Amino acid sequence: MNLDRRSFLKCAAACSAMAAAGSIFPGISFADWKKQEGASGMITWKKAPCRFCGTGCGVLVGVSGDRAVAVKGDPNCSVNKGLCCVKGYHSVQALYGADRITTAKVKRDGKMVEVPIKEALDIVAAKIKETIDKHGKNSVAIYGSGQWTIPDGYVASKLFKGCLGTNNVEANARLCMSSAVTGFMTSFGIDEPMGCYEDIDHANVFITWGNNMAEMHPVLFSRILANRKRRKDVEIIDFATRSTRSSQASDKSILFKPQTDLAVANAICHEIIRNNWVNWDFVNKHVSFHKGKTNIGYGLEDKFQFADQEEPLTFDQYKAFLDDYTPEKVEKISGVPARDIKYMAALYGDPIKKVTSFWCMGMNQHTRGTWINNLVYNIHLLVGKISTPGSGPFSLTGQPSACGTVREVGTLTHALPHGGVANAEDRAMAEKIWDLPAGSIDPKPTYHTVEMFRALDRGDIRFIWIQVTNPMVTLPKLKRYREGALKEDRFVVVSDVYPTPTTDVADVILPAAMWIEKEGLFGNSERRTQHWEQIVPPPGEAMSDTWQIIEVARRLGFEKQFPWSETEYIGKIWEEYRRFHEGPKHNMAPYTVLKERSGVQWPFVNGKETRWRFNPVYDPACDKGRDFHFYGQKDNRAWIWARPYEPAAESPDKEYNFWLNTGRVIEHWHTGSMTMRVPVLYNAVPSSYVEIHPDDAADLGVVNGEMVKIISRRGSVTMPASILGRGVPPRGQVFVPFFDERYLINEVTLDAFCPISKQPDYKKCAVKLEKA
Amino acid sequence: MPIFAYLAIPVEGGKDTLAAELTALPHCEVIPADNKDILILVTDAPDEKAERNLQNKLQKISSLQSLSMTFGCSDQPEKERGDHES
Ligand code: SF4
Repeated sequence: MNLDRRSFLKCAAACSAMAAAGSIFPGISFADWKKQEGASGMITWKKAPCRFCGTGCGVLVGVSGDRAVAVKGDPNCSVNKGLCCVKGYHSVQALYGADRITTAKVKRDGKMVEVPIKEALDIVAAKIKETIDKHGKNSVAIYGSGQWTIPDGYVASKLFKGCLGTNNVEANARLCMSSAVTGFMTSFGIDEPMGCYEDIDHANVFITWGNNMAEMHPVLFSRILANRKRRKDVEIIDFATRSTRSSQASDKSILFKPQTDLAVANAICHEIIRNNWVNWDFVNKHVSFHKGKTNIGYGLEDKFQFADQEEPLTFDQYKAFLDDYTPEKVEKISGVPARDIKYMAALYGDPIKKVTSFWCMGMNQHTRGTWINNLVYNIHLLVGKISTPGSGPFSLTGQPSACGTVREVGTLTHALPHGGVANAEDRAMAEKIWDLPAGSIDPKPTYHTVEMFRALDRGDIRFIWIQVTNPMVTLPKLKRYREGALKEDRFVVVSDVYPTPTTDVADVILPAAMWIEKEGLFGNSERRTQHWEQIVPPPGEAMSDTWQIIEVARRLGFEKQFPWSETEYIGKIWEEYRRFHEGPKHNMAPYTVLKERSGVQWPFVNGKETRWRFNPVYDPACDKGRDFHFYGQKDNRAWIWARPYEPAAESPDKEYNFWLNTGRVIEHWHTGSMTMRVPVLYNAVPSSYVEIHPDDAADLGVVNGEMVKIISRRGSVTMPASILGRGVPPRGQVFVPFFDERYLINEVTLDAFCPISKQPDYKKCAVKLEKA
Repeated sequence: MPIFAYLAIPVEGGKDTLAAELTALPHCEVIPADNKDILILVTDAPDEKAERNLQNKLQKISSLQSLSMTFGCSDQPEKERGDHES
């Protein structure tokens, strides 16, 4: 054991040096390390996708005995070609925090007591039955995650939507990706990016929209920087609301006022048309024009309802709509100089340059998230820069399986593994594959995430099972939802690997197997499905989330739907799930192929992966004889939408005079429940902070590290100031990373959301500051 | 029982010499980068005295331009933290 620990520490030491080298010298490679491990003969290496972000880097996990001791980038994985970021290199240490949950606990007389996991699962099943008997099927819910494996999400949907007949299935990807989904669905009629990471090796111009890639997608950003170094004709534009590491590394940093990206995107289209940079051949053949409702609200009230109404437009009507968005007019709204708007338009409009736009939370966590996704697609469609190597709009994912588990399996209230609950054919398909009587699936969606927790607060939902996520840190306007979860006659089950503020509100805690302690599959940002086998045993009684659901389903009498054995259930589930996606638009690779490779991109047809969709050279779903085929929409065209600029739900005023923006840092994953337990990552950034512009800090009389109270109409939090740190907001704005549960910034945020996607806006609300 | 990791930068053209010299020292493992003039040095001295000796030897290597430490640990199981409690 002593030898193991030492070997583990030496690997950690080497990993930290590699991570440091990687951040200083992008593209640096240490493939020779393989020779080192051969010398010791102690370590065997197994492939897996990284546990953390949606980039989906392939890693090789070094195992000594029963313990994972090291990580290196998988040189065979095309995503990262052997590179990792600091989180990836230290990821296995997240398995071994001292306070891992290894036994089940249930609340008795107000105290959590340990019980055998079988007893806890009996209680969970009995409580689901009792709650349905008393309050109806829509009083029970499951809330999962973009970190659920694909089988986790699939069995959750099968049990709740299929067997129990309630559409109370949601996942935290609603908080990070749903605007991307509704953006794709409204513009293209089908979800997920048309391009792939290989675009990076072809593009001449990268425009990042509110996206700090250097910290959030560092391996992809390194690939961009390596391309800029290798090729002379590469330029990076960082279009953002604050200066970050990405701004520093970019060729040009352009700052805009929060929410005004809507106006700037329209102004870019205005300029493209005014200068006749429109690709008329492409537009005439492949684009149609549309408008929807305006003044669509912000979802602040309970039971808020919205349904958009599409109307066709002519090109001339669209052009007239853009009259309000001249660069000069938009400069006044956005603070972006007209010359910079014209510069971006000229880059998109240059027929020689290949342009890739990247975005992630900045555009998705937005009360007009669907609209801003549409508007960036508009730019690419007007100039025909889409679905070809190096040219395309690319919506990046935050979580490792937001695409694989939530978007593809359909673990959202309205969705099914194929299509949606409202569609009779889709329901019939699911009932057939799931071996359920016709009519088992309810045609009406119930609650999206924010409304689900409002329903828990109101008492419409009485039982909720939370897996692989930490909503008592991440929900906006947190106080209401925490108090709701703690109300009498609410029953909360939490499956997790460490104690969190969410396990603090639990009536039952189930110990979960984490990442490589179980077999699983993720799906990353570029339609790549990634399989890994169980590499190390889980601790104590920890059990995979999939198996927990299967155990409960069987206790509820659904043995027929969940018949698999513990040794083969993942492969069987995958092959059953794959039936939903048969056909050239979404065919998934067989289990045997996924086991062998470091990820496979769908559509996987006749043994071939699809790198660019809607382009017949690459995409087998396109009709032959066309140059492009946007087969998702009923008119076989991509849709350009006239979407106006509308203000944020809450903007600074005289009393609450600062914008609050929240987000992440490179070292920590989401709420920090894993990475704060990794010594190297904890020591790198041991605490959250509030970034303040130096002049605002001087006005407040605070210096670096002094405590500042951030107050909104909903709550307050007091935390240390960071002045001229790694990120610098403009005057009148502050930024807070949300990874630190000791500073619950979501006590302060607002639960306004995009009325179309129902995704909350974590990037904008009004606060005031006081020196604490 | 200290374990340290460093980024080792050689003097110009001295990467191979530095790799050989560091590998020859006791308690040292070297991982050279494939595509940059940089090496990773992991040291694993059994005690403080051996560590001091090693440091003295490192200072005398002429092919070494600079060493920057990225990791340091004394191999005593540290009390691990439960952040949720703080
Ligand atoms: S970039 Fe994302 S997937 Fe890649 S190593 Fe880092 S956290 Fe993991």
